[in-house]
Amino acid sequence: MRIVVCVKQVPDTSEIKWTENNTMVRDGVESIMNPFDGYAVETAIRLKEKYPDVTVTIVTMGPPQAKDVLKRAIAMGANDAILLSDRKFAGSDTVATSRTLAKAIKEKIGDFDLIICGQFAIDGDTAQTGPSIAEHLGLPQITYVKEVLSCKNKKLTVNKEIEEGIQKVECSLPSLICMQKCDYEPRRPLIRGVMKSNRINIPAYGFEDLGLDTSEVGIKGSPTFVSKAFRPPVKDSGEIINTPDKKEAVEILVKKLREKQILV
Amino acid sequence: MTVDLSLYKNIWVMAEINVDNKLTGVTSELLSEAQKLVTKLDNEEVCALLITDNRDVNPFIKELSEAGADKVYVAQHDKLRNYSTDLYSKVACDAILEKKPSIVLVGATTIGRDLAPRISSRLNTGLTADCTDLDINEKSLLAATRPTFGGNLMATILCPKTRPQMATIRPNVLQATEENLSNIANVENLEVKIDSLESRTKILDFIPTASTLKCHTRIEEADIIVSGGRGLKNSEGFKLLEELATALGGSVGASRAAVDAGWRCHSEQIGQTGKTVSPKIYIACGISGAIQHLAGIGSSDTIIAINKDPDAPIFRVADYGIVGDLFEIVPALTEAIKSMKADTAAV
Repeated sequence: MRIVVCVKQVPDTSEIKWTENNTMVRDGVESIMNPFDGYAVETAIRLKEKYPDVTVTIVTMGPPQAKDVLKRAIAMGANDAILLSDRKFAGSDTVATSRTLAKAIKEKIGDFDLIICGQFAIDGDTAQTGPSIAEHLGLPQITYVKEVLSCKNKKLTVNKEIEEGIQKVECSLPSLICMQKCDYEPRRPLIRGVMKSNRINIPAYGFEDLGLDTSEVGIKGSPTFVSKAFRPPVKDSGEIINTPDKKEAVEILVKKLREKQILV
Repeated sequence: MTVDLSLYKNIWVMAEINVDNKLTGVTSELLSEAQKLVTKLDNEEVCALLITDNRDVNPFIKELSEAGADKVYVAQHDKLRNYSTDLYSKVACDAILEKKPSIVLVGATTIGRDLAPRISSRLNTGLTADCTDLDINEKSLLAATRPTFGGNLMATILCPKTRPQMATIRPNVLQATEENLSNIANVENLEVKIDSLESRTKILDFIPTASTLKCHTRIEEADIIVSGGRGLKNSEGFKLLEELATALGGSVGASRAAVDAGWRCHSEQIGQTGKTVSPKIYIACGISGAIQHLAGIGSSDTIIAINKDPDAPIFRVADYGIVGDLFEIVPALTEAIKSMKADTAAV
């Protein structure tokens, strides 16, 4: 049984700073494996440990340095990986990205039973790439998955988190699932894994290798584009009550809230 | 491939029914918003698409009309009792291909975010995720604005060449109209072509959150939210917030740090990867105010921050703030509220 995991290299968005001219400082921001994809990789490796016939293949699309996240996934325990990298892929929205990933999975990986994606990427936060890959490949999907309960005999059972609780959902294989944050954390690679990831050959494929049309990838293949990007408006600062006696501070606060009819 | 854009008109809202057999709040919010947008378009209508089983839909049609629908398309079939990606996407795509709406708006709920990308990919059109603001620009295009880079940046996104222009919109960000629009919508029943189709996914079991854990699952509906973060130190610390919330008649929320630490349930998480809330009063206790958290509380009427660090970013968005130890301030505030309520009751 082959499991394919789609991962993305993202900037660590908790580190983003702004210049005085309201432009984002991108230099020096660390690139990491998208945290939700970490859960996807961990889930795949857990299935590999549970079912001996499982192999795990990782795929990413990005600049050449995105190979780092593939190496990390191999160091965690994945079998192999492929990189999709080409200037022609740049500027892809979720439609073009998922079309490229789906085509590469079909052409370069071929047989698979399960595709696992992270629910969101922390930079784009669209949650669209996974379902769109499933659509391009004609697969059933389960999103917001918390836990894979079993994956055998061409059937998958998972727990899915919805607003009102947990659904236990069954699905035929092949299929695609999107992982939410799990109750377990992605493992840290061991030295042996890191050494393996340094030895292994990671094939890289470009536009010419996938047999797509130029109108299907990158900016040309993207129905949407960003017409404007701006910093979220900053609110005027409010009133800080800074009396040394905190009981008094609370009294002042309650009085103000009552005067303004906020508390009645 | 070029699309004849002139064939497409009207704004559609996907109506969603929740497990309690009620329309989701975001459905009404989207209909209100669509009514505002449609005034900037020439001679177009606001339509709702209602996909469900053969239950009585009249109450839904009434509610959709009152919220702003000029027309309701109803697609009913026994197989559509529960949401299924396979079946709902087929029905929605058939309806869109037949009626050719120019804009399709979907609530960014777990169902909406599962369904919308399947529809947009199948129809080869653009979808903007998790928007917080919508407008119609000078070229009559939908301008959909959304936070990106973890809430650090806002991006306005257009879909100029394909149709429909699709967007999912965060619940609780747009205001639903308070007034009853007393619209009476036209109703059209659509032919549903799924007799030979079976859903490849099957729901085996459902465990409501409230039955397993003591969680507030509908924190987004609370008028007053007392929210805690890392500063609470442990799950015990949240007892203080429970007490304050009870005194105020509100609910307890949590930052991602508190949820990640296992002190509170994910259903109570507020922020970019949790819920967006818009209560009358939001009290942030021991929350530093990471941009991801602020993304979820921006439309609160009044924000009150309690934090020992005077430089915490939360104070920059707070209307009122008290700098100091929350373990001293929160109980004092609870007492003050209790005695205030006792005084009011005595009068």
